[in-house]
Amino acid sequence: MLLLLPLAGVSMPAAAQSAATDASEAEPVVDVSAAVPDTADVAASAHKASAASAEAGGAVEQQDADIADAGSPPSQSPIKHASAPPNQAEVEPGPDASADTDGMPQPPALEQALASLADRSFKVKEQAAKDLAASGDPRAVELLKALLAGDLYYRSDDKRIVFAERVDKDWALTDALSGDDLGTVGRRDAKKITINNRMRSGLRADIAALTLASPDPAVRLAAAKEMMGETDAGSIEALEAQLLVEQSAEVRGAIELAVAIAGSEADDAEQRLAAVAALDGSLYSEARNALDALIASEQDEAVLAAATAARAGIERKVDNMRRVETLFFGLSLGSVLVLAAIGLAITFGVMGVINMAHGELIMIGAYTTYLVQLAMPTAIDYSLFVAIPAAFVVAGLFGIAIERGVIRFLYGRPLETLLATFGLSLILQQLVRTTISAQNVVVENPSWMSGSLAINPALSLTYNRLYIFIFALLVFFALLMILKRTALGLQVRAVSQNRDMARAMGVRSARVDALTFGLGAGIAGVAGVALSQLTNVGPNMGQAYIIDSFMVVVFGGVGNLWGTLVGGLTLGVANKFMEPWTGAVLAKILVLVFIILFIQKRPRGLFPQRGRAAEG
Amino acid sequence: MGVLRGDRGGQVMLALLLLTAIVVPLLNLAVPEGNPFHVSTFTVTLLGKYLTYALLAVAVDLVWGYLGILSLGHGAFFALGGYAMGMYLMRQIGDRGVYGDPVLPDFMVFLNWQELPWFWHGFDLFWFAMLMVVLVPGALAFLFGWLAFRSRVTGVYLSIITQALTYALMLAFFRNEMGFGGNNGLTDFKDLLGFDLQADSTRIGLFLASALALALGYLACRWIVTSKLGRVAVAIRDAEPRTRFIGYRVDRVKVAIWTFSAMLAGIAGALYVPQVGIINPGEFSPLNSIELVVWVAIGGRATLYGAVVGAIAVNYGKTYFTGAFPEAWLFALGGLFVLVTLFLPRGIAGLFQMLKRRKADPDAGDAAPEVAA
Repeated sequence: MLLLLPLAGVSMPAAAQSAATDASEAEPVVDVSAAVPDTADVAASAHKASAASAEAGGAVEQQDADIADAGSPPSQSPIKHASAPPNQAEVEPGPDASADTDGMPQPPALEQALASLADRSFKVKEQAAKDLAASGDPRAVELLKALLAGDLYYRSDDKRIVFAERVDKDWALTDALSGDDLGTVGRRDAKKITINNRMRSGLRADIAALTLASPDPAVRLAAAKEMMGETDAGSIEALEAQLLVEQSAEVRGAIELAVAIAGSEADDAEQRLAAVAALDGSLYSEARNALDALIASEQDEAVLAAATAARAGIERKVDNMRRVETLFFGLSLGSVLVLAAIGLAITFGVMGVINMAHGELIMIGAYTTYLVQLAMPTAIDYSLFVAIPAAFVVAGLFGIAIERGVIRFLYGRPLETLLATFGLSLILQQLVRTTISAQNVVVENPSWMSGSLAINPALSLTYNRLYIFIFALLVFFALLMILKRTALGLQVRAVSQNRDMARAMGVRSARVDALTFGLGAGIAGVAGVALSQLTNVGPNMGQAYIIDSFMVVVFGGVGNLWGTLVGGLTLGVANKFMEPWTGAVLAKILVLVFIILFIQKRPRGLFPQRGRAAEG
Repeated sequence: MGVLRGDRGGQVMLALLLLTAIVVPLLNLAVPEGNPFHVSTFTVTLLGKYLTYALLAVAVDLVWGYLGILSLGHGAFFALGGYAMGMYLMRQIGDRGVYGDPVLPDFMVFLNWQELPWFWHGFDLFWFAMLMVVLVPGALAFLFGWLAFRSRVTGVYLSIITQALTYALMLAFFRNEMGFGGNNGLTDFKDLLGFDLQADSTRIGLFLASALALALGYLACRWIVTSKLGRVAVAIRDAEPRTRFIGYRVDRVKVAIWTFSAMLAGIAGALYVPQVGIINPGEFSPLNSIELVVWVAIGGRATLYGAVVGAIAVNYGKTYFTGAFPEAWLFALGGLFVLVTLFLPRGIAGLFQMLKRRKADPDAGDAAPEVAA
């Protein structure tokens, strides 16, 4: 490399030069565009201002701000001096200015503030943001949010504030105010409006104050949460004003808490005591932080005692919530185990067939989801409803093929079945690697699966886990119904309990075997759809579940669906409750050791099969 | 050679083994490089590795073929033996490690440990390490067997908990806190009993040791299966409750043979590690254990020599396929599983027997006993 560099410089001077100019151009171009095009700027701004039928002051002011901050060449300094005083005079008043400008028409205030955002000085921009917030314009919230998110740009040539969206290497611009399409411009012709941390926190508070007045309770709640611990005299007033008219109990609680947190910092001990009383029992982490801060600095005995007691009470409550959360995680893990194992419970439990390819049938279900999503990229939200039956059918057909092709020759030789199906699992894995990809594929989550259900501030359950838990129960009961209430189920049970007798009664046992295996495989495929929403989908995913699935079935008791349900949920919950003490890996090891020991004690699992079927 | 009476396959196998043990070192040392008959040291080590696999397969065949226990966790005993050997080799590195600590292996220095964990003491002594090679797998197998066989866990359940055992051990050895090098395992070995592990002569020595261990292990297993103990074992395999009712202590017979098999697997592991130069938790993976059951199935259950044939054939195939068509290897292996279980239930050894019988009596066909013991 070191040798090559100079050589390249010699042999390709043109290319090197152009690269060099390219690189050196980048900076100056930006500088020039920021500092020099006063004329264009004035023209454009003036045009805009006149269009809005207002005086040209806004445009001039913006232009001045530009120059003042551009570190501009000396030739322009006179202008800068000349315009500095009015500029400051205009900007300084800040929020109060809104009172003065009340009489003025709204649009100019908003536009004026917006235009100042193109300035390079953070001070000016901060003021502009404040003005924007104070403008009272309904569009202000969106603009501030966009500014906070870094979505707000200005056009380099005329300083027009725009939303920019990347189109290849160019920017597609839309006017920030009017929403007009402004076409696409080159990469350097639009610049992002940068903000600093100070502005960021100010923006958040401003947005919160604005959104507090929103008609949507969820928006108000978010605003109130945002303001906890970030209040000042002004926002407290806003909060208290909102409290008088607030209808939603949840939002009221959040607002009261925000006020109480502010109250905990009051100078008056009485006030602090009242604040502590208001904070007591709240599950918001901000309340805990406020109490901690209070305890650390409190001088007054009574307040200190009250705060300590309240803190301890909250801690207990939070601990309980954590336990509920762990239980939920455990049930969620358990439901995954149940889903993975329940197909196995049929093939292994009911038919006595050890299907080592079970994990690969799960994988096939997950890949079916992937393919379904490829086929309907615009309707990801509905893809799962297509994928579930599709996966059931695809995996079920694979299952029937496996049963007809291999397993039916091996009945009564469980260990050989194990080996043959293991061979099949290797083939299926390799099949996926060669036909689709050796890498993991991306299965998207529908929008309704993401997010979480907030039960209270300390406890929220993610929707994907919640739905999968419900789904596991649905699958379980559907399967139970099939086995208990349908003709096929009756035949399956008959064959599994006494094959010869069932055949004597006219049950076509070969057909029942194939259908049972297909059913078990189909359920595995459905489990794959659910797992694709939780974990990586790749050729090896089946192997991660096969051992766990066997453990669940063996632990629950072979041939007993209820055993699988109880076993899976128990193992999941036990695992999650151990994790905080032992770490995830050790918890899993302990569960495995527990199962090994458990089998010694109860070789037939939690719910052993009784009667004739148990002897075999 | 009373134990080999009637065991034509075993006789041939041992004769071939002896021949290999003489010819391969000669071709490696006496024939100059470049000569087409030269056997490279790489090949010698590869063959040595196959021989340790063969010993492992014999151990599995002893419990599966003759006792009816399908172990899906024999890889665990193999790996434990390997780890015991690896610990000795780690201690032999001394201050030649990257960090130059005279006592602590590199990974412990890296983890900022101050002193050697208690279970690493004594592994600087060769005899102690060799004792552990058999005692650790033996003790684990004894404990496991004592629990499982006394409570009459059989068949599929037993297979699955052996799988759980090796899976749990794999997870455990992956943890750094266990003190066995975590993910990376033990590696960077320098020498064994003062012999440089990279030297050709050491490689040949290890190859010969593997061949010797295989021969002795084979004879020991053969001795067991031809003894009264072996007959009881076969009776247990074919009709466990009946054997129990006759008055045999089924659990004791099972524990004894099971433990012996685990020790044999441990020895195989100990010979494997210095030849491949690394031992890591991957050896515990349930996949490995299942794969080695397949060697036995392909070679032919309950023949012992079939296990040797199966292990070497499958591993040769693996070496060849993963080099030539890496894509096809899993298809080939998987297909082999299915085809062998469907069409060749008695493996390659069964094929030999069938051909022999056909030659002797063309009309006899496949009417052979269920498992040729």
